[in-house]
Amino acid sequence: MAKDEFTPRTFKVVGTRPLRPDGIDKVTGRARYGADISAPGMLVGMVLRSPHAHARIKSIDTSAAERLPGVKAVVTRADFPHQPEDNATADVLDNCMAGEKALYDGHAVAAVAATSRRAALDALAAIKVDYEVLRHVMDVDEAMKPDAPVLLKGRKQESVPAVMSDNVLTRTQYGHGNPEEGFKKADLVIERNFKTAATHQGYIEPHACLATLGVDGQGDLWVCTQGHYMARNTCAAMLGLDAGRLRVTASEIGGGFGGKTTVFLEPTALVLSRKSGRPVKMTMTREEVFRASGPTASTSIDIKIGMTKDGKITAATGDYRYQNGAYEAMNGTLGAMTGFAPYDLEHVRTTGWDVVTNRPKAAAYRAPGAPMAAFAVESAIDELASELNLDPIDVRLKNAAREGTRSAYGPTYPAIGLEATLKAAQAHPHWTAPLGENQGRGVACGFWFNFGGDTCVSLMINPDGTVSLSEGNPDIGGSRAAMSMMAAEELGIAMEQVRTIVADTASLGQNEVTDGSRVTFAVGLATIKAARHAIEIMKERAAMTWGIDVDAVEWVDGAAQPAGPNAGKFPPMSIGEIAAIASNTGGPISGHFEVNVEGAGVSFGTHIADTEVDPETGAVKILRYTVFQDAGKAVHPSYVEGQLQGGAVQGIGWALNEEYVYAEDGTLQNAGFLDYRIPVASDLPMIDTVILEIPNPGHPYGVRGVGETGIVPPLAAIANSVSRAAGVRLTSLPMSPPKVLAALKEV
Amino acid sequence: MVAVRLWGSLAEFADGNRDVEIAATNLRELLDALAKAYPGLKPQLERGISVSIDGRIYNDTWATPISEKSEVVLLSRLVGG
Repeated sequence: MAKDEFTPRTFKVVGTRPLRPDGIDKVTGRARYGADISAPGMLVGMVLRSPHAHARIKSIDTSAAERLPGVKAVVTRADFPHQPEDNATADVLDNCMAGEKALYDGHAVAAVAATSRRAALDALAAIKVDYEVLRHVMDVDEAMKPDAPVLLKGRKQESVPAVMSDNVLTRTQYGHGNPEEGFKKADLVIERNFKTAATHQGYIEPHACLATLGVDGQGDLWVCTQGHYMARNTCAAMLGLDAGRLRVTASEIGGGFGGKTTVFLEPTALVLSRKSGRPVKMTMTREEVFRASGPTASTSIDIKIGMTKDGKITAATGDYRYQNGAYEAMNGTLGAMTGFAPYDLEHVRTTGWDVVTNRPKAAAYRAPGAPMAAFAVESAIDELASELNLDPIDVRLKNAAREGTRSAYGPTYPAIGLEATLKAAQAHPHWTAPLGENQGRGVACGFWFNFGGDTCVSLMINPDGTVSLSEGNPDIGGSRAAMSMMAAEELGIAMEQVRTIVADTASLGQNEVTDGSRVTFAVGLATIKAARHAIEIMKERAAMTWGIDVDAVEWVDGAAQPAGPNAGKFPPMSIGEIAAIASNTGGPISGHFEVNVEGAGVSFGTHIADTEVDPETGAVKILRYTVFQDAGKAVHPSYVEGQLQGGAVQGIGWALNEEYVYAEDGTLQNAGFLDYRIPVASDLPMIDTVILEIPNPGHPYGVRGVGETGIVPPLAAIANSVSRAAGVRLTSLPMSPPKVLAALKEV
Repeated sequence: MVAVRLWGSLAEFADGNRDVEIAATNLRELLDALAKAYPGLKPQLERGISVSIDGRIYNDTWATPISEKSEVVLLSRLVGG
């Protein structure tokens, strides 16, 4: 029912690769990140965190800390008396400051504001917390058992059988057909359990903010976040403030990847500021980032797939069990929806389980829930292809979802690009390049939904004809460049004549978080519509100047001109000329557009990975990697390539090295980048990318979100490559050297 | 009437029906009518859902039109990173 927005056109600015407008600020250190701002009289805020994985907080004595010199405020949960109206916000509050129980190692239990870091540390040491240590549970399958220690009672949804542990919060089931009948038609059925570890988004910039809040309820917050409107709304709901009295400004952001789509320090900083009467700055250490901000879920997934000798999948089932840390998240649900989404299946059934454990609350991480599901499904398909001696791309093409396919999660697909990515992969020289000893090649597909959401853009025509554009989404993937390019394209001017800024919450209406691969798609759509609004006004001004009807004016190459010979003979009026006389023709000129963008198009990708396994150490080297993804129209191809490369690299880390390592007592043992091993440049080859531009009908230029799909296939692509190199199927991530060595010994 | 497909575990709260028929011409009417016809769906509807209409996903826009020929599928409320 949605109206198609896309109109084919020839682009002049979109599709080029101009210099990034934020580049000089970032390489010279001029860019201001979360911790780069100060205020007169500012205090240092710090958090006391639970040393226990699961403990009842019997009492907290802050009196000694409050008496220390330089200490201006100490807060506990008692300083958050307002009860949020909805469970989700209540959970976020409890995660920011523990209530009756500490639910994981690192859970905040108190905070201080002092005149120096030393004084704040002394105050934290002086706070006495009396804990009753409780049994803890860290593993999803253990947490689902009826006798597992329960984190919070009475939270499971009506879809969860009553006999199951209260740790199981949700169950969702998708699919169609009759898998049991389908398996009977298969020549080979494979059933495997797959496991993935919890990993962190690994953004370089730790969480940081500077808060001011008066007793009158008026405040300002400067914060590193993916969504400053989200930060405003969440803090206001938590603290009982009027959202309009809290102005939030987003800093430059050093990575987020989904991990900065919620709040951690911000409400505490505001409460400390209100209590002390001073601005409070808070910055997480890297250890705090690991212990207390959101990693992704770890999983245990059972996959069963039946296939005929010629490679047709006859039936598939999946049981996706995800541990989401201490509070509700929906990673398992999304796993159940996405795992089989690339395939046209007659019989499919998937069940997703979301389970709580004594770990930090899972936050979103690029295509949340999907990479683990793809790892399990794509590994099983690869094993079937291998066992049946079939080409793994041929098998995927034979079963690929296309326009008209009923997806595994229900809807029938419109035009989609999966088949195009598979054919591009098959035709690429990488697919047929020779391999050496101990080397293997893996391929995998991935799917993600993409979103739109609330979006506002304002576009001002300045008196000199330059353009100032305000958007409300923190720029984590090049959105300021993309918006400037789309505005320039529409207005018919050079991209350098448009400067885009990220406005604060008092300057634009509500904007959804920078997530869901939404910004270039949704904010881009609003930018184009805002530019068209401004063009209509400029045409009116030109018509008034010429004394002709506005319908007789057209906009061509950045200027108003008479539309045909009957409109009269007038030389074109450029933006600059119209802007220069704006005061004479009615006043300043601006365009704006506010919308809830719905109907975003889904996205598919295919990845090829070559690896070499060292048979003596089990170490894996990435030899070659190529990403094929449908991006719709690539506004700035370099940024698109960066998104695809970044997704692949994060997936490589997830596949090979990254994991949260816990001691028996439930305390995190590797809370730092020395012991939590993310890939660095020397670990990697150049990640090649092939962008396919299949227009998204829901966007005027055909733009499709690209930020998340790139992380979905790599876990499986690497696992399939390593399994073929090692000659043994690897089913547990990360495929660290000890695990690979152990698998090699079983061959 | 619009044919609406529910996901498997949601159907348990619509008398076991994966496919139900609802009188609605837009998204708001659809959600209101579903809650009225199947009160068991209310908890999930209040928590939030997404709706696929002819292959495109919608979350909030009440006025989104739905025709009797539309393919309408309820989905868990989607989130991103």
